[in-house]
Amino acid sequence: MAQAQPLQSPAPDFTFTQERARFLRRRASNQVAGGCVMTLTVLSCAILFVLLGYIFVNGISTLFPSVEGSVTFNSDFFLKPPEPLLDGTVGGGVSQAIVGTAMILLVAGIFAVPIGLGTAIYMSEYGRGPLYRILDFTIDLLAGLPSIVIGLFILAALIGDLSVLKVFNNYSGLAGSMALVIIMVPIIARSVEQILKLVPDSLREAGLALGLPKWKVTMRIVLPTVAGGIATGVMLSLARAAGETAPVLLTILGNNFLSTNMLQPMDALPVRIYTYATSGQPDLVPKAWAGTLVLVMVIALISLLVRYATGRKRYDA
Amino acid sequence: MTLNAAPPAPTASVQRPVEVERPGIALHVRNMNIYYGSFLAVQGVSIDFEPNTITALIGPSGCGKSTLLRSLNRMHETLRNARAEGEVILEGENIYAPDADPVRVRRRIGMVFQKANPFPTMSIYDNVVAGLKLNGVNRSKAELDEVVETSLRQAALWEEVKGKIKQSGASLSGGQQQRLCIARAIAMEPEVLLLDEPCSALDPIATLKIEELMQDLVSRYTIIIVTHNMQQAARCSSKTAFMLADEKRVGHLIEYAPTAEIFTKPKEKRTEDYISGRFG
Repeated sequence: MAQAQPLQSPAPDFTFTQERARFLRRRASNQVAGGCVMTLTVLSCAILFVLLGYIFVNGISTLFPSVEGSVTFNSDFFLKPPEPLLDGTVGGGVSQAIVGTAMILLVAGIFAVPIGLGTAIYMSEYGRGPLYRILDFTIDLLAGLPSIVIGLFILAALIGDLSVLKVFNNYSGLAGSMALVIIMVPIIARSVEQILKLVPDSLREAGLALGLPKWKVTMRIVLPTVAGGIATGVMLSLARAAGETAPVLLTILGNNFLSTNMLQPMDALPVRIYTYATSGQPDLVPKAWAGTLVLVMVIALISLLVRYATGRKRYDA
Repeated sequence: MTLNAAPPAPTASVQRPVEVERPGIALHVRNMNIYYGSFLAVQGVSIDFEPNTITALIGPSGCGKSTLLRSLNRMHETLRNARAEGEVILEGENIYAPDADPVRVRRRIGMVFQKANPFPTMSIYDNVVAGLKLNGVNRSKAELDEVVETSLRQAALWEEVKGKIKQSGASLSGGQQQRLCIARAIAMEPEVLLLDEPCSALDPIATLKIEELMQDLVSRYTIIIVTHNMQQAARCSSKTAFMLADEKRVGHLIEYAPTAEIFTKPKEKRTEDYISGRFG
């Protein structure tokens, strides 16, 4: 180009080349950075999928064993506690753990939801000054507390004759619920507080201007507006509590038989997985995998429900 | 809008005598000092708002006109650290008396805000009766139906929404939402209606509708409107109060007179300067 018009000064061509070189360098570094981020993203997803795949492959053969060449459904695994069979192996599975987890979560939720919601409403609608800051800090600390500390605390404070308060005579499902309440409250409080703070003040003003008392504005206008978000917070806390192992292991002990007495030792899915996995019996290890698969599916189901709840009632500010 | 143009002449609608269908109530403001924390935003305002009259509060940004309006139904104090001193007398009762209940005050003095704020989870119907229902006023279904129709008719919205009152209020256009908010406010049958720049987010046609609506409503309510738009004040109010902030950003009431007077022969030089677009 420059040779075709020799009268033109070479300067523009020179700067063009420079500019072109800069462009190529920028493009190259952009591609390298993008590639790195992409690789890391794939890696993080890959970890999840490898993990889930491994659990699936190891667990599925216990849930759907092949008997004489055809695939069958092992309903005993869901419907019966472990039981010795005539051929010397162990049958049954995790029914007592599923029932235990459901009951312990239900009782924990009955306590944790009002406490968490109340805290969130106070922090978002009323909280100010030093009390707010103390609460804010406490919630953060509570959320960051290692879960084994919570289990140990319940054990040392509430369970047995040697405990401080001697609330429970024995390891019990209720003690497990108490431990899970401590796990759930900060999760509910924090997530609901955040969602309440997203509600525009103009909505609260609209209610107040109609001559509604503040508590009614909160209960009848603010809360219904973010019902989906509140459901999300509660579900997330349930999903988290369902998978917690240390707090229940130290408080409910575990049980080989079906028990619905909340004041007696109970079983829960994480405890059952732990028991099977550390039993040292080769025929129980596949049951641990199958139990893991069930637990993962339960948590996935809760997450899907969360998606459904938030997708349906999303608040458009 | 050209600010240097001659002051707009008040239109005929202002001069139209108001046929009072339902007596509104006068509001007497005495020595109001309004604070945000330690900052004095409005000082020493005394003003008598007349019944069944549209009064416009005008003035440049930051002069405290919205603050004054929000103190008239004790909405100001719902903001953090905000407080007000002085007296606002509604039918012989000081709403700032120590034993006065702000919640009751707000039932008698309704308010419409700058940005339309219908309740997003409620239908058009439920939005209108929200005040009655949530305040626990016992009404039969038929009575509520009637309140909805009358309020929406008064707010000039009935014809547009009568086929879909069970739909969400958020599905309406901006101007319709604002009229829905007016319907919601008048469903409580307040005596005074406060409008805080109700048209600033609306297009000219929707603005015109709201202005016409005010002319209809003034036969039943005392209306006080804050507006940035001087033409709007001139078009639809019969009395105008001009406010201005001093060098310490403290708002004062400068002049209060019939709208025609304010816009044609203001007594104060500062009013004339503002009206003729020399500042603000």
